[in-house]
Amino acid sequence: MALLEVRNVTKQFGGLTALNDVSFAVEPGEIRGLIGPNGAGKSTMFKTIAGFYTPTHGDILYDGTNIAGSKAYANAARGVVRTFQETTLFQEMSVSENVLVGCHLRARSGVFSALLGLDRDKRRDAEARTEEVLEFMGLGARRHQLAKELPLGSQRALAIAVALAATPKLLLMDEPFAGMNPEETQHMMELTRKVRGSGVTIILVEHDMRAVMGLCEYITVLNFGSVLAQGTPAEVRSNDRVIEAYLGGA
Amino acid sequence: MKPARLAVPALFALAVFMVALPFGLKLHQQDFMISLLVWVLVVSSYRLMALTGEYSLVHVVLMGAGAYSSALLAKLAGFSVWLAMPCGALVAAGLAAVLSFPLFRMSGFYFLIGSFAAGEAIRLSWTYFTVPFGGPKGIKLIPSPELTLPGLGPIAFYEPIPYYYLTLIVVGISLFVLYRLENSRVGLTMNAIHWRAPLAESVGVDTWRYRALAFVIASFFAGLAGALFCHYYGTANPVQFDVAAMVYVLIWVIVGGVSRFSGPIVGVVVLSVLNELFREAEQWRPLIYGCILIAVMLYLPDGLIGLPARIRDWIEARRGVAALPAGAEEPADFSSSKRH
Repeated sequence: MALLEVRNVTKQFGGLTALNDVSFAVEPGEIRGLIGPNGAGKSTMFKTIAGFYTPTHGDILYDGTNIAGSKAYANAARGVVRTFQETTLFQEMSVSENVLVGCHLRARSGVFSALLGLDRDKRRDAEARTEEVLEFMGLGARRHQLAKELPLGSQRALAIAVALAATPKLLLMDEPFAGMNPEETQHMMELTRKVRGSGVTIILVEHDMRAVMGLCEYITVLNFGSVLAQGTPAEVRSNDRVIEAYLGGA
Repeated sequence: MKPARLAVPALFALAVFMVALPFGLKLHQQDFMISLLVWVLVVSSYRLMALTGEYSLVHVVLMGAGAYSSALLAKLAGFSVWLAMPCGALVAAGLAAVLSFPLFRMSGFYFLIGSFAAGEAIRLSWTYFTVPFGGPKGIKLIPSPELTLPGLGPIAFYEPIPYYYLTLIVVGISLFVLYRLENSRVGLTMNAIHWRAPLAESVGVDTWRYRALAFVIASFFAGLAGALFCHYYGTANPVQFDVAAMVYVLIWVIVGGVSRFSGPIVGVVVLSVLNELFREAEQWRPLIYGCILIAVMLYLPDGLIGLPARIRDWIEARRGVAALPAGAEEPADFSSSKRH
């Protein structure tokens, strides 16, 4: 069974139709690319899956449950976690504190147990998870630095670490390669594969074609809010309609 | 680390100082100390609220709600003052819980205005309804607490020194609770909401719930402060909790600095003590206050608690300039992040 099934999703903002009857399915263990020219509706699709938008019509089935319109924090509890474009981090906090916030779901405690120190086991568990995630993402040496002091590549790695701390089953990555140099892109691709290798299914919204083609088994192309094409990177690359959408009609 | 090792003896010294203090003071100064302690609790609880990133203008009104409820329960319902005070705090917390529903649909500037409107509505209802709130004159002759210790006889809580100690204990415990809360996981989550609410939401934080939680807890302690206030001074009226008082709270918090727990406390203590020292120069006080506020805004964006770090930076910068021509100790990696 598909881990995520987007079924006939339409999203309208007033008179503007950002998504028009979009359907696709993502299998467990996949790295799925979601691409398209500017304004194609990628971000809207992304935010709709993550729970930041409610679709006007249609269903989003995650693990068999319809999560369309459920809130982002509730989706996170189910295992759907997103990352953000650019460097959305808790900039004034240290690297390890960032990841500790990401452990919210497993370490959630009430006010009274926090005051009385009864949440010690949960705090230890969160700290252990934080260490594990930092090592996994290769950020162990930077744990005491402030997030804002990290170079771009490490900030993006930290953004994924924060998401991983929430133990996602489906990780939605919003343009993790934007603005990176080839070396950083290469490193990020390795990290992304490593995350998938740990059993996380990934949906990747990305402009960097080299990264998308190199990482994804399967790609969904959106254009003007509709699915234009779906297929393997080779199929998508040679699809005439995709080429036309990207390069403009001759 | 040095500051952490110094913290325990410093706190102990402060405690001893606070316990010994009233004996060296005149009567009106003892009165002043009681009100200062009350306002310390008000600004510290306000900081918990500010931790989630929202600044409200209803805090002092909720302090008033604590005062009114405690006063009415003690005076009309015949509650013991010891029971009335926590009940007053609970009423303030309950009001905050109800206000959470409309207010946290807004954020930023709209939240500020919304909280102001809610506060005025509550405060004007005290003016309007003479029964039971006493109208514009408020409630007078509010009883003070009674306690008879075996062997010592009744304690005169209407006298400043015993009430000062009562206030010191209640405020001390409250500050401890607020401090612990801020440094717990709950505090971390609140701080995270402040910096990046959507990111916090994406890892499973129900931001509405945590904002409301901070608001309710902060209001509980504001209500408690109000109750402490009215059972000593014996009155609660709408003017005491008006927007001017709220603006003072904001000034204390901002001048002290919100980035650390001690900031608002430093703000209220320094400005209130200055205010007290300039008692003779009554007509100059607003001018002095205004100048301090402007100077802090211009030169100390982190507030008064940022002052030591500023001075340290300044000394280091001077030393750095002096050392630079020699060039021996300068590290090769001169990263831009260190200079802010």
